[in-house]
Amino acid sequence: MTPNVTAAPPATALAALLRSMADDEFVIGFSDSEWTGIAPLLEEDVAMSSLAQDELGHAAALYGLLATLTGSDPDTLAYDREPADYRHCRLLDHGRGDWAMTIARRFLYDSADAIRLEGLAGGSWAPLAELVGKLIREERYHRMHAEAWLERLARRSGEPRDRLLAALEALAPDAATVFTPLPDEPALIGAGILAAPMHELEARWCATIAPILAGSDLPMPPPARDPERGRLDHGDAFRWLWGEFTSVRRADPGATW
Amino acid sequence: MSEAGTQIGIARARAGSIAGSATPAPVGSATPAPTGSATPAPTGSATPAALDDAAVLAALGEVMDPELPMLSVVDLGIVHRVGIDPADGPIRVEILPTFVGCPALELIKAAIADRLAPFGRPVEVTATFEVPWTTERISDDGRRALLAAGIAPPPATPADAAGSVLIGLEPRVPCPHCGSRRTVLENVFGPTQCRTIRYCADCRQPFEAIKPV
Repeated sequence: MTPNVTAAPPATALAALLRSMADDEFVIGFSDSEWTGIAPLLEEDVAMSSLAQDELGHAAALYGLLATLTGSDPDTLAYDREPADYRHCRLLDHGRGDWAMTIARRFLYDSADAIRLEGLAGGSWAPLAELVGKLIREERYHRMHAEAWLERLARRSGEPRDRLLAALEALAPDAATVFTPLPDEPALIGAGILAAPMHELEARWCATIAPILAGSDLPMPPPARDPERGRLDHGDAFRWLWGEFTSVRRADPGATW
Repeated sequence: MSEAGTQIGIARARAGSIAGSATPAPVGSATPAPTGSATPAPTGSATPAALDDAAVLAALGEVMDPELPMLSVVDLGIVHRVGIDPADGPIRVEILPTFVGCPALELIKAAIADRLAPFGRPVEVTATFEVPWTTERISDDGRRALLAAGIAPPPATPADAAGSVLIGLEPRVPCPHCGSRRTVLENVFGPTQCRTIRYCADCRQPFEAIKPV
Protein backbone atom coordinates (compact mmCIF):
# COMPACT_ATOMS: atom_id res chain seq x y z
CA MET A 1 0.00 0.00 0.00
CA THR A 2 2.63 2.48 -0.97
CA PRO A 3 1.05 5.86 -1.55
CA ASN A 4 1.35 7.24 -5.01
CA VAL A 5 4.16 9.76 -4.66
CA THR A 6 7.18 10.48 -6.77
CA ALA A 7 9.57 8.89 -4.28
CA ALA A 8 8.98 6.64 -1.32
CA PRO A 9 8.55 8.80 1.76
CA PRO A 10 10.95 8.29 4.66
CA ALA A 11 8.54 5.99 6.44
CA THR A 12 9.97 6.04 9.95
CA ALA A 13 10.30 9.81 10.11
CA LEU A 14 6.90 10.29 8.50
CA ALA A 15 5.29 7.91 10.99
CA ALA A 16 6.80 9.87 13.89
CA LEU A 17 5.45 13.11 12.45
CA LEU A 18 1.97 11.66 11.93
CA ARG A 19 1.93 10.14 15.39
CA SER A 20 2.89 13.42 17.05
CA MET A 21 0.20 15.33 15.16
CA ALA A 22 -2.49 12.68 15.65
CA ASP A 23 -1.77 12.37 19.36
CA ASP A 24 -1.87 16.16 19.77
CA GLU A 25 -5.25 16.43 18.08
CA PHE A 26 -6.62 13.40 19.91
CA VAL A 27 -5.56 14.56 23.37
CA ILE A 28 -6.70 18.17 22.99
CA GLY A 29 -9.92 17.00 21.37
CA PHE A 30 -10.66 14.67 24.21
CA SER A 31 -9.75 17.36 26.77
CA ASP A 32 -12.13 19.80 25.08
CA SER A 33 -14.92 17.25 25.14
CA GLU A 34 -14.74 17.33 28.93
CA TRP A 35 -16.51 20.71 28.76
CA THR A 36 -19.60 19.28 27.13
CA GLY A 37 -22.40 20.01 29.54
CA ILE A 38 -20.37 22.08 32.01
CA ALA A 39 -18.99 25.01 30.01
CA PRO A 40 -19.51 28.48 31.53
CA LEU A 41 -21.96 29.54 28.82
CA LEU A 42 -24.42 27.58 26.72
CA GLU A 43 -22.78 28.89 23.55
CA GLU A 44 -19.46 27.60 24.82
CA ASP A 45 -20.96 24.19 25.47
CA VAL A 46 -21.79 24.14 21.77
CA ALA A 47 -18.42 25.58 20.77
CA MET A 48 -16.25 23.24 22.85
CA SER A 49 -18.24 20.22 21.73
CA SER A 50 -17.86 21.24 18.09
CA LEU A 51 -14.14 21.94 18.57
CA ALA A 52 -13.71 18.53 20.16
CA GLN A 53 -15.55 16.90 17.28
CA ASP A 54 -13.27 18.68 14.80
CA GLU A 55 -10.11 17.65 16.63
CA LEU A 56 -11.12 14.02 17.07
CA GLY A 57 -11.98 13.94 13.38
CA HIS A 58 -8.54 15.33 12.56
CA ALA A 59 -6.98 12.72 14.83
CA ALA A 60 -8.95 9.96 13.10
CA ALA A 61 -7.75 11.12 9.69
CA LEU A 62 -4.13 11.36 10.85
CA TYR A 63 -4.27 7.97 12.58
CA GLY A 64 -5.73 6.64 9.34
CA LEU A 65 -2.70 7.85 7.38
CA LEU A 66 -0.40 6.43 10.04
CA ALA A 67 -2.24 3.12 9.87
CA THR A 68 -1.59 2.85 6.14
CA LEU A 69 2.12 3.37 6.76
CA THR A 70 2.46 0.99 9.66
CA GLY A 71 -0.11 -1.64 8.81
CA SER A 72 -2.14 -0.92 11.92
CA ASP A 73 -5.66 0.41 12.33
CA PRO A 74 -6.77 3.78 13.68
CA ASP A 75 -8.61 2.48 16.74
CA THR A 76 -5.64 0.41 17.84
CA LEU A 77 -3.43 3.46 17.45
CA ALA A 78 -5.82 5.69 19.36
CA TYR A 79 -6.76 3.41 22.23
CA ASP A 80 -4.44 0.44 22.65
CA ARG A 81 -1.23 2.08 23.79
CA GLU A 82 0.13 2.56 27.28
CA PRO A 83 0.26 6.19 28.45
CA ALA A 84 4.03 6.33 28.00
CA ASP A 85 3.69 5.50 24.30
CA TYR A 86 1.70 8.61 23.37
CA ARG A 87 3.67 11.37 21.68
CA HIS A 88 1.49 14.42 22.18
CA CYS A 89 3.24 17.53 23.42
CA ARG A 90 3.46 18.28 27.12
CA LEU A 91 1.53 21.49 26.64
CA LEU A 92 -1.52 19.21 26.66
CA ASP A 93 -0.55 17.46 29.89
CA HIS A 94 -1.82 19.98 32.41
CA GLY A 95 -5.31 18.67 32.98
CA ARG A 96 -8.51 20.41 32.03
CA GLY A 97 -8.17 23.04 34.76
CA ASP A 98 -10.51 26.01 34.80
CA TRP A 99 -11.89 27.91 31.83
CA ALA A 100 -8.89 30.25 31.73
CA MET A 101 -6.54 27.24 31.58
CA THR A 102 -8.56 25.81 28.69
CA ILE A 103 -8.42 29.09 26.79
CA ALA A 104 -4.70 29.58 27.45
CA ARG A 105 -3.96 26.03 26.30
CA ARG A 106 -6.12 26.40 23.21
CA PHE A 107 -4.52 29.71 22.30
CA LEU A 108 -0.98 28.34 22.62
CA TYR A 109 -1.81 25.10 20.86
CA ASP A 110 -3.94 26.51 18.04
CA SER A 111 -1.40 29.19 17.19
CA ALA A 112 1.42 26.62 17.17
CA ASP A 113 -0.60 24.06 15.21
CA ALA A 114 -1.33 26.69 12.56
CA ILE A 115 2.41 27.31 12.07
CA ARG A 116 3.08 23.58 11.93
CA LEU A 117 0.35 23.13 9.31
CA GLU A 118 1.83 25.95 7.24
CA GLY A 119 5.12 24.07 7.37
CA LEU A 120 3.41 21.00 5.93
CA ALA A 121 1.19 22.67 3.33
CA GLY A 122 2.07 21.75 -0.23
CA GLY A 123 4.37 18.96 0.92
CA SER A 124 5.48 16.16 -1.34
CA TRP A 125 3.51 13.34 0.25
CA ALA A 126 0.11 13.93 -1.28
CA PRO A 127 -2.08 12.15 1.30
CA LEU A 128 -0.77 14.42 4.06
CA ALA A 129 -0.53 17.58 1.97
CA GLU A 130 -4.15 17.22 0.84
CA LEU A 131 -5.37 16.61 4.38
CA VAL A 132 -3.37 19.59 5.64
CA GLY A 133 -5.02 21.82 3.05
CA LYS A 134 -8.35 20.90 4.56
CA LEU A 135 -7.21 21.13 8.19
CA ILE A 136 -5.96 24.69 7.70
CA ARG A 137 -9.43 25.79 6.62
CA GLU A 138 -10.98 24.33 9.76
CA GLU A 139 -8.32 25.26 12.28
CA ARG A 140 -8.54 28.98 11.57
CA TYR A 141 -11.94 28.98 13.26
CA HIS A 142 -10.38 27.41 16.33
CA ARG A 143 -7.75 30.12 16.37
CA MET A 144 -10.34 32.89 16.13
CA HIS A 145 -12.26 31.38 19.01
CA ALA A 146 -9.17 31.10 21.22
CA GLU A 147 -7.94 34.61 20.41
CA ALA A 148 -11.32 36.18 21.07
CA TRP A 149 -11.53 34.51 24.48
CA LEU A 150 -7.92 35.29 25.35
CA GLU A 151 -8.57 38.97 24.76
CA ARG A 152 -11.87 38.85 26.61
CA LEU A 153 -10.30 37.35 29.74
CA ALA A 154 -7.15 39.46 29.56
CA ARG A 155 -8.98 42.77 29.38
CA ARG A 156 -11.27 42.14 32.34
CA SER A 157 -9.22 42.96 35.41
CA GLY A 158 -9.68 40.97 38.55
CA GLU A 159 -10.55 37.30 38.54
CA PRO A 160 -10.68 36.71 34.75
CA ARG A 161 -7.27 38.28 34.12
CA ASP A 162 -5.75 36.78 37.25
CA ARG A 163 -6.85 33.30 36.31
CA LEU A 164 -5.59 33.73 32.77
CA LEU A 165 -2.19 34.90 34.00
CA ALA A 166 -1.99 31.94 36.37
CA ALA A 167 -2.86 29.54 33.54
CA LEU A 168 -0.28 31.04 31.18
CA GLU A 169 2.32 30.82 33.92
CA ALA A 170 1.53 27.16 34.59
CA LEU A 171 1.71 26.31 30.88
CA ALA A 172 4.74 28.49 30.10
CA PRO A 173 7.49 25.86 30.55
CA ASP A 174 5.70 23.56 28.08
CA ALA A 175 4.22 26.20 25.78
CA ALA A 176 6.66 25.56 22.92
CA THR A 177 6.55 21.77 23.06
CA VAL A 178 4.49 21.50 19.87
CA PHE A 179 7.86 22.22 18.22
CA THR A 180 9.77 19.45 19.96
CA PRO A 181 12.33 18.22 17.40
CA LEU A 182 11.12 15.12 15.55
CA PRO A 183 13.25 12.04 14.98
CA ASP A 184 15.03 12.44 11.67
CA GLU A 185 13.68 15.85 10.71
CA PRO A 186 16.30 16.19 7.96
CA ALA A 187 14.74 13.20 6.17
CA LEU A 188 11.32 14.90 6.21
CA ILE A 189 12.79 18.15 4.99
CA GLY A 190 14.90 16.40 2.36
CA ALA A 191 11.84 14.57 1.07
CA GLY A 192 9.92 17.84 0.82
CA ILE A 193 7.32 16.82 3.40
CA LEU A 194 8.25 19.43 6.00
CA ALA A 195 9.32 22.92 4.94
CA ALA A 196 11.60 23.82 7.84
CA PRO A 197 13.02 22.36 11.04
CA MET A 198 10.88 22.61 14.15
CA HIS A 199 13.16 25.19 15.78
CA GLU A 200 12.60 27.47 12.82
CA LEU A 201 8.84 26.94 13.00
CA GLU A 202 9.04 27.77 16.69
CA ALA A 203 10.67 31.10 15.84
CA ARG A 204 7.86 31.85 13.39
CA TRP A 205 5.33 30.97 16.06
CA CYS A 206 6.96 33.36 18.55
CA ALA A 207 6.83 36.13 15.96
CA THR A 208 3.14 35.40 15.38
CA ILE A 209 1.97 35.34 18.97
CA ALA A 210 4.17 38.14 20.35
CA PRO A 211 1.97 40.99 19.08
CA ILE A 212 -1.20 39.21 20.16
CA LEU A 213 0.07 38.69 23.69
CA ALA A 214 1.55 42.19 23.82
CA GLY A 215 -1.77 43.63 22.68
CA SER A 216 -3.37 42.29 25.84
CA ASP A 217 -0.31 42.98 28.00
CA LEU A 218 0.34 39.28 28.54
CA PRO A 219 3.80 37.70 28.92
CA MET A 220 5.52 35.73 26.17
CA PRO A 221 6.24 32.13 27.12
CA PRO A 222 9.93 31.21 27.44
CA PRO A 223 11.57 28.50 25.33
CA ALA A 224 10.61 24.95 26.28
CA ARG A 225 12.08 23.79 29.59
CA ASP A 226 13.37 20.51 28.20
CA PRO A 227 13.13 20.75 24.43
CA GLU A 228 14.30 17.21 23.65
CA ARG A 229 11.73 15.60 25.94
CA GLY A 230 8.76 17.78 25.02
CA ARG A 231 6.72 14.78 23.88
CA LEU A 232 7.76 12.39 26.65
CA ASP A 233 7.29 12.03 30.40
CA HIS A 234 3.53 12.48 30.45
CA GLY A 235 2.42 12.96 34.05
CA ASP A 236 -0.50 12.05 36.26
CA ALA A 237 -2.96 14.39 34.55
CA PHE A 238 -2.48 12.53 31.28
CA ARG A 239 -2.66 9.14 32.98
CA TRP A 240 -6.05 10.15 34.36
CA LEU A 241 -7.22 11.33 30.93
CA TRP A 242 -5.93 8.11 29.34
CA GLY A 243 -7.95 6.13 31.87
CA GLU A 244 -11.02 8.05 30.78
CA PHE A 245 -10.63 7.79 27.04
CA THR A 246 -9.67 4.13 27.08
CA SER A 247 -12.22 3.03 29.68
CA VAL A 248 -14.89 1.78 27.29
CA ARG A 249 -12.34 0.14 25.03
CA ARG A 250 -10.73 -1.66 27.96
CA ALA A 251 -14.06 -2.67 29.45
CA ASP A 252 -14.71 -5.04 26.56
CA PRO A 253 -11.56 -5.53 24.47
CA GLY A 254 -12.24 -6.52 20.91
CA ALA A 255 -15.93 -5.62 21.03
CA THR A 256 -17.47 -4.54 17.75
CA TRP A 257 -20.07 -1.79 17.57
CA MET B 1 -13.27 6.61 14.56
CA SER B 2 -15.11 5.47 11.50
CA GLU B 3 -13.81 8.37 9.41
CA ALA B 4 -10.38 6.87 9.63
CA GLY B 5 -11.56 4.32 7.13
CA THR B 6 -11.83 7.23 4.79
CA GLN B 7 -8.15 7.87 4.91
CA ILE B 8 -7.38 4.22 4.43
CA GLY B 9 -9.68 4.36 1.46
CA ILE B 10 -7.77 7.32 0.08
CA ALA B 11 -4.42 5.66 0.55
CA ARG B 12 -5.74 2.54 -1.12
CA ALA B 13 -7.04 4.60 -3.97
CA ARG B 14 -3.64 6.24 -4.30
CA ALA B 15 -1.97 2.86 -4.13
CA GLY B 16 -3.65 2.08 -7.40
CA SER B 17 -6.51 -0.14 -6.45
CA ILE B 18 -8.73 2.26 -8.36
CA ALA B 19 -6.25 2.74 -11.17
CA GLY B 20 -6.42 0.73 -14.31
CA SER B 21 -10.03 1.39 -15.16
CA ALA B 22 -11.48 4.20 -17.17
CA THR B 23 -10.50 7.63 -15.91
CA PRO B 24 -13.38 8.89 -13.83
CA ALA B 25 -15.10 11.93 -15.19
CA PRO B 26 -14.85 15.13 -13.16
CA VAL B 27 -18.20 16.27 -12.00
CA GLY B 28 -19.62 19.72 -12.27
CA SER B 29 -19.15 20.36 -15.94
CA ALA B 30 -22.23 20.54 -18.03
CA THR B 31 -21.06 17.73 -20.24
CA PRO B 32 -24.05 16.09 -21.82
CA ALA B 33 -24.63 12.43 -21.25
CA PRO B 34 -22.76 10.12 -23.55
CA THR B 35 -24.90 9.01 -26.40
CA GLY B 36 -26.89 5.92 -25.87
CA SER B 37 -29.55 5.49 -23.34
CA ALA B 38 -30.27 8.80 -21.70
CA THR B 39 -33.27 7.43 -19.91
CA PRO B 40 -33.26 8.26 -16.22
CA ALA B 41 -32.64 5.28 -14.04
CA PRO B 42 -35.89 3.80 -12.83
CA THR B 43 -35.84 3.38 -9.10
CA GLY B 44 -36.51 0.00 -7.64
CA SER B 45 -36.76 -1.61 -11.03
CA ALA B 46 -36.16 -5.33 -11.19
CA THR B 47 -33.97 -5.05 -14.25
CA PRO B 48 -30.71 -3.10 -14.01
CA ALA B 49 -31.17 0.53 -15.03
CA ALA B 50 -29.46 2.02 -18.07
CA LEU B 51 -26.04 3.14 -16.96
CA ASP B 52 -24.07 6.23 -17.95
CA ASP B 53 -22.57 9.21 -16.13
CA ALA B 54 -25.72 11.29 -16.48
CA ALA B 55 -27.87 8.52 -15.07
CA VAL B 56 -25.53 8.12 -12.10
CA LEU B 57 -25.51 11.87 -11.48
CA ALA B 58 -29.29 12.03 -11.73
CA ALA B 59 -29.50 9.26 -9.15
CA LEU B 60 -27.02 11.06 -6.88
CA GLY B 61 -29.25 14.12 -7.15
CA GLU B 62 -31.78 12.13 -5.14
CA VAL B 63 -29.38 11.30 -2.29
CA MET B 64 -29.94 13.88 0.40
CA ASP B 65 -27.39 14.98 2.98
CA PRO B 66 -28.40 13.62 6.41
CA GLU B 67 -27.53 16.84 8.27
CA LEU B 68 -28.86 19.22 5.62
CA PRO B 69 -31.70 17.11 4.25
CA MET B 70 -32.90 19.87 1.91
CA LEU B 71 -29.67 19.41 -0.10
CA SER B 72 -28.70 16.54 -2.34
CA VAL B 73 -25.07 15.47 -2.34
CA VAL B 74 -24.84 17.00 -5.83
CA ASP B 75 -26.20 20.39 -4.70
CA LEU B 76 -23.92 20.27 -1.66
CA GLY B 77 -21.03 19.90 -4.10
CA ILE B 78 -19.42 16.90 -2.49
CA VAL B 79 -19.51 14.63 -5.55
CA HIS B 80 -15.99 14.86 -6.91
CA ARG B 81 -15.82 12.13 -9.54
CA VAL B 82 -17.98 9.42 -10.97
CA GLY B 83 -16.44 6.55 -12.87
CA ILE B 84 -18.14 3.63 -14.53
CA ASP B 85 -16.05 0.58 -15.24
CA PRO B 86 -16.17 -0.01 -19.01
CA ALA B 87 -16.60 -3.73 -18.47
CA ASP B 88 -19.03 -4.96 -15.86
CA GLY B 89 -16.99 -3.67 -12.92
CA PRO B 90 -17.98 -1.18 -10.29
CA ILE B 91 -19.46 2.27 -10.34
CA ARG B 92 -16.97 4.40 -8.43
CA VAL B 93 -17.96 7.61 -6.70
CA GLU B 94 -15.44 9.87 -5.01
CA ILE B 95 -16.81 12.35 -2.53
CA LEU B 96 -15.28 15.33 -0.74
CA PRO B 97 -16.00 15.50 3.00
CA THR B 98 -17.32 18.90 3.99
CA PHE B 99 -15.33 18.66 7.23
CA VAL B 100 -12.57 16.21 8.05
CA GLY B 101 -14.43 14.81 11.01
CA CYS B 102 -17.89 14.86 9.45
CA PRO B 103 -19.81 12.16 11.32
CA ALA B 104 -22.33 11.86 8.49
CA LEU B 105 -19.77 10.58 6.03
CA GLU B 106 -20.43 6.89 6.54
CA LEU B 107 -24.18 7.48 6.28
CA ILE B 108 -23.67 9.38 3.03
CA LYS B 109 -21.52 6.61 1.59
CA ALA B 110 -24.13 4.02 2.49
CA ALA B 111 -26.95 6.14 1.05
CA ILE B 112 -25.07 6.57 -2.23
CA ALA B 113 -24.37 2.84 -2.44
CA ASP B 114 -28.04 2.09 -1.81
CA ARG B 115 -29.27 4.55 -4.42
CA LEU B 116 -26.89 3.25 -7.09
CA ALA B 117 -27.62 -0.41 -6.36
CA PRO B 118 -30.45 -0.62 -8.96
CA PHE B 119 -27.84 -0.18 -11.71
CA GLY B 120 -26.84 -3.73 -10.94
CA ARG B 121 -23.14 -3.06 -10.53
CA PRO B 122 -20.93 -3.11 -7.45
CA VAL B 123 -20.63 0.41 -6.00
CA GLU B 124 -17.45 1.81 -4.47
CA VAL B 125 -17.73 5.11 -2.62
CA THR B 126 -14.52 6.64 -1.35
CA ALA B 127 -13.74 9.95 0.29
CA THR B 128 -10.87 12.11 -0.85
CA PHE B 129 -9.27 15.42 0.07
CA GLU B 130 -7.70 15.70 -3.38
CA VAL B 131 -9.31 19.09 -3.57
CA PRO B 132 -10.78 20.68 -0.45
CA TRP B 133 -14.53 20.96 -0.30
CA THR B 134 -15.39 24.63 0.01
CA THR B 135 -18.65 26.40 0.57
CA GLU B 136 -18.72 27.94 -2.88
CA ARG B 137 -19.26 24.42 -4.23
CA ILE B 138 -22.87 24.59 -3.02
CA SER B 139 -25.01 25.04 -6.12
CA ASP B 140 -27.45 27.88 -6.73
CA ASP B 141 -30.33 25.45 -6.29
CA GLY B 142 -28.71 24.36 -3.05
CA ARG B 143 -28.45 27.94 -1.83
CA ARG B 144 -32.11 28.53 -2.53
CA ALA B 145 -33.05 25.33 -0.71
CA LEU B 146 -31.01 26.37 2.34
CA LEU B 147 -32.62 29.81 2.41
CA ALA B 148 -36.09 28.29 2.14
CA ALA B 149 -35.26 26.10 5.13
CA GLY B 150 -34.18 29.10 7.23
CA ILE B 151 -30.45 28.49 6.95
CA ALA B 152 -28.36 31.34 5.57
CA PRO B 153 -26.29 30.15 2.61
CA PRO B 154 -22.56 30.91 2.63
CA PRO B 155 -21.30 34.23 1.26
CA ALA B 156 -20.81 34.24 -2.50
CA THR B 157 -17.19 35.26 -1.98
CA PRO B 158 -15.29 32.24 -0.82
CA ALA B 159 -13.34 32.29 2.38
CA ASP B 160 -9.72 31.71 1.51
CA ALA B 161 -7.49 29.24 3.26
CA ALA B 162 -5.26 31.97 4.62
CA GLY B 163 -8.16 33.27 6.63
CA SER B 164 -8.14 36.77 5.22
CA VAL B 165 -11.92 36.80 5.32
CA LEU B 166 -12.29 37.20 9.04
CA ILE B 167 -15.58 36.30 10.56
CA GLY B 168 -16.03 39.71 12.12
CA LEU B 169 -15.30 41.49 8.89
CA GLU B 170 -17.19 39.31 6.48
CA PRO B 171 -20.01 40.85 4.53
CA ARG B 172 -23.14 40.88 6.64
CA VAL B 173 -24.99 37.64 6.23
CA PRO B 174 -28.62 38.44 5.44
CA CYS B 175 -31.23 37.05 7.80
CA PRO B 176 -33.00 34.12 6.10
CA HIS B 177 -36.26 35.09 7.79
CA CYS B 178 -36.59 38.84 7.09
CA GLY B 179 -33.68 39.65 4.78
CA SER B 180 -32.16 42.22 7.12
CA ARG B 181 -28.41 42.64 6.97
CA ARG B 182 -28.26 43.76 10.59
CA THR B 183 -27.14 40.36 11.81
CA VAL B 184 -24.35 39.40 14.18
CA LEU B 185 -22.33 36.29 14.76
CA GLU B 186 -23.41 34.62 17.99
CA ASN B 187 -21.21 31.55 17.79
CA VAL B 188 -18.64 30.44 15.24
CA PHE B 189 -19.64 26.91 16.15
CA GLY B 190 -23.10 25.46 15.77
CA PRO B 191 -25.15 22.30 15.94
CA THR B 192 -23.09 20.65 13.24
CA GLN B 193 -19.53 21.28 12.15
CA CYS B 194 -20.64 23.07 9.00
CA ARG B 195 -22.88 25.66 10.68
CA THR B 196 -22.53 28.82 12.73
CA ILE B 197 -25.18 30.61 14.78
CA ARG B 198 -26.16 34.21 14.05
CA TYR B 199 -28.75 36.62 15.38
CA CYS B 200 -30.91 39.12 13.52
CA ALA B 201 -31.21 42.51 15.20
CA ASP B 202 -34.35 43.38 13.23
CA CYS B 203 -36.62 40.36 13.48
CA ARG B 204 -34.84 39.25 16.65
CA GLN B 205 -34.49 35.67 15.56
CA PRO B 206 -31.46 33.49 15.94
CA PHE B 207 -30.60 31.61 12.79
CA GLU B 208 -28.07 29.17 11.46
CA ALA B 209 -25.66 30.00 8.68
CA ILE B 210 -23.36 27.76 6.70
CA LYS B 211 -19.82 28.19 8.02
CA PRO B 212 -17.67 29.50 5.16
CA VAL B 213 -14.69 27.26 4.47
